[in-house]
Amino acid sequence: MIDPPASFRWLRRVLLAALTVFTLVPVLVMLGSSLKPLQDVQGPFRWIPSTVTLRPYADIWRTVPLGRYLVNSLIVAGGSTICSVLVAIVAAYAVSRYRFRGRRFFTVTVLSTQMFPGILFLLPLFLLLVNVGNATGVALYGSRGGLILTYLTFSLPFSIWMLVGYFDSIPRDLDEAALVDGCGPVRALVRIIVPAAVPGIVAVAVYAFMTAWGEVLFASVLTNEETRTLAVGLQGYATLNDVYWNQVMAASLVVSVPVVAGFLLLQRYLVAGLTAGAVK
Amino acid sequence: MIRGRIDRLRRRAGTTALPYLLLLPALLLELAVHLVPMVLGAVMSLKRLTQFFIRDWTAAPWAGLANFRTAVDFDAPVGRALLHSFWVTCAFTVLAVGLSWLIGTTAAVLMQDSFRGRGLLRAVFLLPYALPVYAAVITWSFMFQRDTGLINHVLHDQLHLVDDKPFWLLGDNSFVALVTVSVWRSWPFAFLTLTAGLQNIPRDLYEAAALDGAGVWQQIRRITLPSLRPVNQVLVLVLFLWTFNDFNTPYLLFGRSAPAAADLISVHIYQSSFVTWNFGAGSAMSVLLLLFLLVVTAGYLLLTSRRKDATA
Repeated sequence: MIDPPASFRWLRRVLLAALTVFTLVPVLVMLGSSLKPLQDVQGPFRWIPSTVTLRPYADIWRTVPLGRYLVNSLIVAGGSTICSVLVAIVAAYAVSRYRFRGRRFFTVTVLSTQMFPGILFLLPLFLLLVNVGNATGVALYGSRGGLILTYLTFSLPFSIWMLVGYFDSIPRDLDEAALVDGCGPVRALVRIIVPAAVPGIVAVAVYAFMTAWGEVLFASVLTNEETRTLAVGLQGYATLNDVYWNQVMAASLVVSVPVVAGFLLLQRYLVAGLTAGAVK
Repeated sequence: MIRGRIDRLRRRAGTTALPYLLLLPALLLELAVHLVPMVLGAVMSLKRLTQFFIRDWTAAPWAGLANFRTAVDFDAPVGRALLHSFWVTCAFTVLAVGLSWLIGTTAAVLMQDSFRGRGLLRAVFLLPYALPVYAAVITWSFMFQRDTGLINHVLHDQLHLVDDKPFWLLGDNSFVALVTVSVWRSWPFAFLTLTAGLQNIPRDLYEAAALDGAGVWQQIRRITLPSLRPVNQVLVLVLFLWTFNDFNTPYLLFGRSAPAAADLISVHIYQSSFVTWNFGAGSAMSVLLLLFLLVVTAGYLLLTSRRKDATA
């Protein structure tokens, strides 16, 4: 827009301020309450802690086995991110650089799996994992491997879609020159395309990690006490007789920091990746 | 140049299997986790599958269409509850998607021009999207607590708007709580997508319009909003599917027993399956849900594409 008038600027200030309050209040409640002593969160709500304490941050590790949940979440989210990115790079390369029969069918099929409600294949997947586990002796149900496998397919469709957009924006001449020079297609991908698409790949990795870190439904059914992830484990505080809200908020903050920091640091790439996908 | 092209063609012809090979991992994974279970789900919906057959579900007796008949028998309790849950989900989806889209569009348009602090504000607005869903929803459930929550403290103690502290996570108010949390979580995605879409509008358009004497509102109405139509077509569909299928928000907000006013379809099916261990009935409801989503999506795409053709 060119030279918005003063009235527009005032409206902008008011609306954006209101929206900032709406957005930030829960974040401030989380931060503020995590620094309160227990009696502050057991009575009526108060904005300012009576005394600021770091006790909740020490206690959260004892009330529930938060450390174990954290490690499980790191393994599951990390594992599914690495696998998802690798599979997506290879698939996006094929879609972006080759014209073959079934190309459109593939993209539509893979993308459409995103629209299915998770509840739809949760029950069969649960039974499938139990039965395959019984038949082969490989424990899939309740294992981190089963969860990694599941999560990586969640981020895969969108990752492929985003990377195809990214790869398409890399001039074809670059890798075709490499092909003419005698590089195999795989080496052209590794040596030319991947280095040129680092921002897109980073964006996809962040997306995959966030997806796996935040998933609740499958985690609640496909894990057991040993392999429980944060998504389920954090609810452990709420099932106690007395809910220690200050600890719940402290734990929520601790588990949010890695993803939020990663997301905010890399959001530029994520927006760029999204744009590359959207322009297509 | 020509030799190079021939070379290239020959290379392509020799490697026709390669693209399929490259797609194989992605295809196998999607098949294993999404498509095969879905087909199994359809088969399961035809079986009388209770907890006795978990170990070997193939041994469960066939039920024909009995599970479906139970699900859509709206005079019986099961069917009536499902229908109720469906209507609640529809109302919830329309409200939550509408508000998320409206707020996202407003914020994206207002932040199209750069001003001091825009980068920071953008980062703030993306926070709800970046936070893990359980951390965010648990915080909201703390805020909605009757006696210790922020909402009642502000409404009752500070603004004196209500005489008695209401319950937010029980009874009819739970619907309001659910919509609020859902909008809070999903509008940043609309904002992010629309911001990306706005970057494709050439600045010349605005300059030309300003020269012609068009004010800010006219520029927004005539240039910005029409240019966003293709982005909106996808965005609204994605928001619809996510919101309609949302499991996390109600499950985390209310736990396993959602109040009737906020009994969304995903949680309803989850409960019908895992709480009562009746997988056959749960699968039948899932299949019905899928059919509904397919019909709505197809209809939506048909309708929006036709309108696009008409305006083009």
